[in-house]
Amino acid sequence: MRAYAAILLLALVAACIPVAVWTLAYFVAPKFPNPTKATNYECGITSPGEAREKFHVRYYLIAVMFLVFDVESVFLFPFAVQFKELALFGIIEIGIFLFLLLFGYFYIWKKGALNWE
Amino acid sequence: MDSFARLLHLSPPLAWMALKLLIVIGGVMGIAAVLTWVERRGAAMMQDRIGPNRAGVKGITLLGLVQLAADGIKFFLKEDVVPPHGNRLLFTLAPALAFVPAMLGFAVIPFGQSFSSGGQAYHLSLLDPGNGMGMLYPLAIGSMAVYGILVASWSSNNKWAILGGMRSGANMVSYELGMSLAVISIFMAAGNSPVGSPVTLEAYDPHRIVEAQEGLWFAVRQPLGFLVFFTCMFAETNRLPFDFAEGESEIVAGFHTEYSSMKFALLQLSEYIHIVTASALLVTLYLGGWRIPFVPNPGVLLSVAAFLAKLLFLCWVFVWVRWTIPRFRYDQLMFLGWKVMLPLSMANLLLQAWLMHGRGIA
Amino acid sequence: MFVFLEFLVFKTEEMEINLGPQHPSTHGVLRVKLRLDGETVVQCTPIIGYLHRGVEKICENKTWFQGQVWTDRMDYVAAVTNNLGWAEGVEKLFGIQVPRRAHYVRTLLAELNRIASHQLWLATHALDIGAMTVFLYCFRDREAILDIFEAFCGARLTTTAFRIGGLREDVPPGMDRMVRNFLKAFSTGIEEYETLLSENRIWKKRTVGVAKLQAKDAVALGITGPVLRAAGVPYDVRKAFPSAAYAEMDFQIATRPEADTYARYLVRLEEMRQSARIVQQCLDGLPEGPVMAKIPKILKSEVCEVYHSIEAPKGELGYYFVGEKGGANPYRMHVRAPSFVNLQALPKMTEGNLLADVIAAIGTLDVVLGEIDR
Repeated sequence: MRAYAAILLLALVAACIPVAVWTLAYFVAPKFPNPTKATNYECGITSPGEAREKFHVRYYLIAVMFLVFDVESVFLFPFAVQFKELALFGIIEIGIFLFLLLFGYFYIWKKGALNWE
Repeated sequence: MDSFARLLHLSPPLAWMALKLLIVIGGVMGIAAVLTWVERRGAAMMQDRIGPNRAGVKGITLLGLVQLAADGIKFFLKEDVVPPHGNRLLFTLAPALAFVPAMLGFAVIPFGQSFSSGGQAYHLSLLDPGNGMGMLYPLAIGSMAVYGILVASWSSNNKWAILGGMRSGANMVSYELGMSLAVISIFMAAGNSPVGSPVTLEAYDPHRIVEAQEGLWFAVRQPLGFLVFFTCMFAETNRLPFDFAEGESEIVAGFHTEYSSMKFALLQLSEYIHIVTASALLVTLYLGGWRIPFVPNPGVLLSVAAFLAKLLFLCWVFVWVRWTIPRFRYDQLMFLGWKVMLPLSMANLLLQAWLMHGRGIA
Repeated sequence: MFVFLEFLVFKTEEMEINLGPQHPSTHGVLRVKLRLDGETVVQCTPIIGYLHRGVEKICENKTWFQGQVWTDRMDYVAAVTNNLGWAEGVEKLFGIQVPRRAHYVRTLLAELNRIASHQLWLATHALDIGAMTVFLYCFRDREAILDIFEAFCGARLTTTAFRIGGLREDVPPGMDRMVRNFLKAFSTGIEEYETLLSENRIWKKRTVGVAKLQAKDAVALGITGPVLRAAGVPYDVRKAFPSAAYAEMDFQIATRPEADTYARYLVRLEEMRQSARIVQQCLDGLPEGPVMAKIPKILKSEVCEVYHSIEAPKGELGYYFVGEKGGANPYRMHVRAPSFVNLQALPKMTEGNLLADVIAAIGTLDVVLGEIDR
């Protein structure tokens, strides 16, 4: 457990830095608010419409594909660690596993899900 | 040296931890800060100009290093504009969300050779080996970096910022796959090489990975994996040629378009800390960590120096690349990530497995 | 029947966003209204007028001599070629014969300016695509050209280099050496740009096949200059209607058939080389003699109209003058600004492409807003 304490400590110290910086900046920085400063930056033009609109489905598609392949790599980690014990059997099995995945991979490739345009 | 050893034996483990904490935080922040200077002076050197050399105290400019202090002071003295149309709380929180994971990543990296003194083993990494996380930890923490960018862009409620955030979200996620697959083959190789250390270490422990590189560095043994990991590191740190989160000439300043003052400085600093951490990962995984070729036991000081030299060189490579090559287009980045890096890293994995099997390890 | 399933129809939402006028890579105050679908450009509308000063109207109130000052401020990165067009247009209107030496010096300066303009184009275009070092290499080399201008006329950017009828002064002593030094430095400088870009895979990825504009469309839109030549049309005013000393110069028109951004890059690089050749020839063959024709102190025009065009770095730069009886000023003046006409191609080049290609397209068109808005 002591090992994790070090990380906790590091996180605390790391979190202290932004807090300290904000506090100092809060007292030091000048404040001259005006309505123009508060407007949204869009190259000097009043922004037409909202920024938080619906986004293109491709971004979500990327996220979904990422999930699939990330889960794949999660399965590969134990294989890598137990590589020696699993021996040839492990290699063949992971080959089959990857083959199945690659099947899906080539399917989405052919379907054009990896193309941006 | 003797008095130092005595001090070490007498002091509680917490003091040793605190010392390491100080080294890690101070070292990482220090290198990141100097890196901003290296970036500017290095760029100037490559571009046939002088770079910052005017800021100074009583004429002492330290090759422009005083500029760092001047920049820092300037950031403090700038008005902090928080856009009222965004989400104020998240907007304030985002720099911390970017900064803290960036700092945390370094925790497991062994920055020098372990030594024993007074019957007690001391490890030069914030986390002692055998913690059960090993290299999985920086990978996990590294994935959190995207939150800072996404939160910053979302809370700004600015079109350029959101474009930048979406871009970098998809970008980091895509390259993480290639990266983790490349690391898996490192674990495979490290877990199956004989290790001299008396402590039993997991295959994914960075200390073991460094030990396993005693003969040949993994960069030599797995050049393909090195290539993939190296490229992915550029994408993960949002540096050119993959600087899509900022993409200055296209989306103005990307996710930090609305940021100013110290919040901007923190975002900027966390980018440089990411570079330091990425370089440290590269050094540990592929370039032998603190090892020096042909020197089996370099000792504490020499090993730390070797680690530092490699780290700084890689940081310089990040700067070097930025000022040399242009930026990819967004779809090309996705193409590279999904259709080149991912298959390459898979191929690397199978190739390494097969090679190791051929050598009779499995 | 399936009305209730309507919500299943895949419909994307478009985002309307303003690229400019305050944007790092619209080269001034160009505003481009974009409709984006994700990152794909659905519609692209350039909006201009943020730098309008009414140069054409102002020139109606300036004498034939004074108007030239305003041409500096149109395409401010290629002031000398603007001056050349004005001076030659007015000389054509009044039938003034310019001495041969003046023609040579004019050609020399105009070609140096073409190199400077193309260097600035390459600098900013490369910067837009992310290659920052090229930017400073180009600026470093461009500096020498500005020094030459400074030696010649005292100004670096807004030169007002010529007088109606020739030159105000002969070339200063030492300028010959400056130009020769520049040519020497330039031949290595251009190699450096090429090393950084020409075979760079990322540069090629970002430019080859990007923002295509086929010859048919380019001609229909009235595009001129390197953009047209990169579509394979060898139209160059210097060859088609030679003025100054161009008829006596030996140079080639650089063309490429590909019609994409990379082709335009290659065409402009080649043009820089050809310009350097012309400069060399001007230096070597500089004739002796006066530099100024005999002209009256005040020019009074008849009722007449004149159109004179020259090859500016951006394309065909035309001046249209209308004179009235006894007019000391133009009755009407109009400029055919190449940037203005070339900008029309932007929607055609970008629609259906990605946001990053809009930046590449703006860069490759090499527009200067001072000239577009006038």
